[in-house]
Amino acid sequence: MRRGSAKRDRTVESITLPPDYLADDALATRDVDIPLGAKSAPRTLLIACGALAREILAIIEINRFTDIALECLPANLHNHPERIPEAVREKVRAARSRGIEDVHVVYADCGTGGLLDRVCEEEGVTRIAGPHCYAFFDGLDAFASRSEEEIGALFLTDFFVRQFDTLLWKGLGMDRHPELRDMYFGNYDRVVHLAQTNDPALDTKARAAADRLGLRYVRRKTGYGELVDFVTRAASS
Amino acid sequence: MSDEEDDIVLSELSNEELVQQMHDDLYDGLKDEILEGVNILLERGWEPYKVLTEALVEGMRIVGIDFRDGILFVPEVLLAANAMKGGMGILKPLLAETGAPKQGKMVIGTVKGDIHDIGKNLVSMMMEGAGFEVVDLGINNPAENYLEALEKEDADILGMSALLTTTMPYMKVVIDELKAKGIRENYVVLVGGAPLNEEFGKAIGADAYCRDAAVAVETAKEYMAQRTHNQ
Repeated sequence: MRRGSAKRDRTVESITLPPDYLADDALATRDVDIPLGAKSAPRTLLIACGALAREILAIIEINRFTDIALECLPANLHNHPERIPEAVREKVRAARSRGIEDVHVVYADCGTGGLLDRVCEEEGVTRIAGPHCYAFFDGLDAFASRSEEEIGALFLTDFFVRQFDTLLWKGLGMDRHPELRDMYFGNYDRVVHLAQTNDPALDTKARAAADRLGLRYVRRKTGYGELVDFVTRAASS
Repeated sequence: MSDEEDDIVLSELSNEELVQQMHDDLYDGLKDEILEGVNILLERGWEPYKVLTEALVEGMRIVGIDFRDGILFVPEVLLAANAMKGGMGILKPLLAETGAPKQGKMVIGTVKGDIHDIGKNLVSMMMEGAGFEVVDLGINNPAENYLEALEKEDADILGMSALLTTTMPYMKVVIDELKAKGIRENYVVLVGGAPLNEEFGKAIGADAYCRDAAVAVETAKEYMAQRTHNQ
């Protein structure tokens, strides 16, 4: 029984997450493990990009899934996608060594060129479908159908809007060398904010990010998109 | 920067010291200093090709090694490339006048659906620095752009670049088109881009996957040497 019911693990309700679990800076730069229960070895483990932590936790909480844990790799691996596959493999093997068999990977391909899929296959774990998190938030079919029209789009999710300064502006060296901006983004024509939540303050921040990049701003509310189905299937597997 | 470093006057350095200093300046992405260094060496009677290879290409080779080893990152490489581009701007017209060894001709472009050109631009620049003539088709190229340019330019090498997992399969479309026209063997096909790997290069029928600009140059040279040998 995984959905909320009288049988669900009561320990879930009593969890108080240390505040820095959901601090964006921590999710951007560090491994963050979120047990979501008193058990040292939950039945199901989600291994995710830190950029998806809040959204995954929201889905778990809304649906009152239990006996499930979340472990996040730093979101700044986005700037080094070649490191993602082996980092995921390490997490999977560590989970298996703790006796957790039901492991799911909440990463899109994320620029690994199929190498993450190979690791998932070798380790016997499932991965959420899609080339990037932007695509599964937007809906894979919808995202693909707009690819030609939005060829010049820089996609920002809520997380990347909040982390724009750290991961993009500073991460790509534009704070020290503003002249790099046009080398990176000279071929782009817009920022598309794929909004998971309705947050006017975040919208303002996203618009400001677009202004700094010299790009026009588009907001599209996606909610949690196809992430909901994947987390639900994982929790119900 | 220390006061001691501030006191360096490029024009007072010996040739050897100046070239070393230019390697450092390239590493630090100091475009103005590179322009000054190039002009000083030319004024001292250096051949443009010698300035290019010993000061600029060698400097970028060092940058490339440290990028590969994780010591430098993309922003630093871009700044270095920008500095080298400045130096190349002075040298290119002079190279055309004075003549320089020609390695071969390359048509290069980012594939259809992809607007990313940082890696492609680096490869173009390093290939030019190594003596290749480069025809850069820019971004978002359908197969017909590549095919037309290869024929029109009588090129030796086709270079394709992609940054996205979703666009890299298009490279196979282009290669299949070359095969369909019976002209695949006329060209060396090199592919590159962040999500690619060697296995992908083989799977789509490219001659080689090049993990960075320096590898692209070395690979291109090897293939051109083989071609010359086989002719």
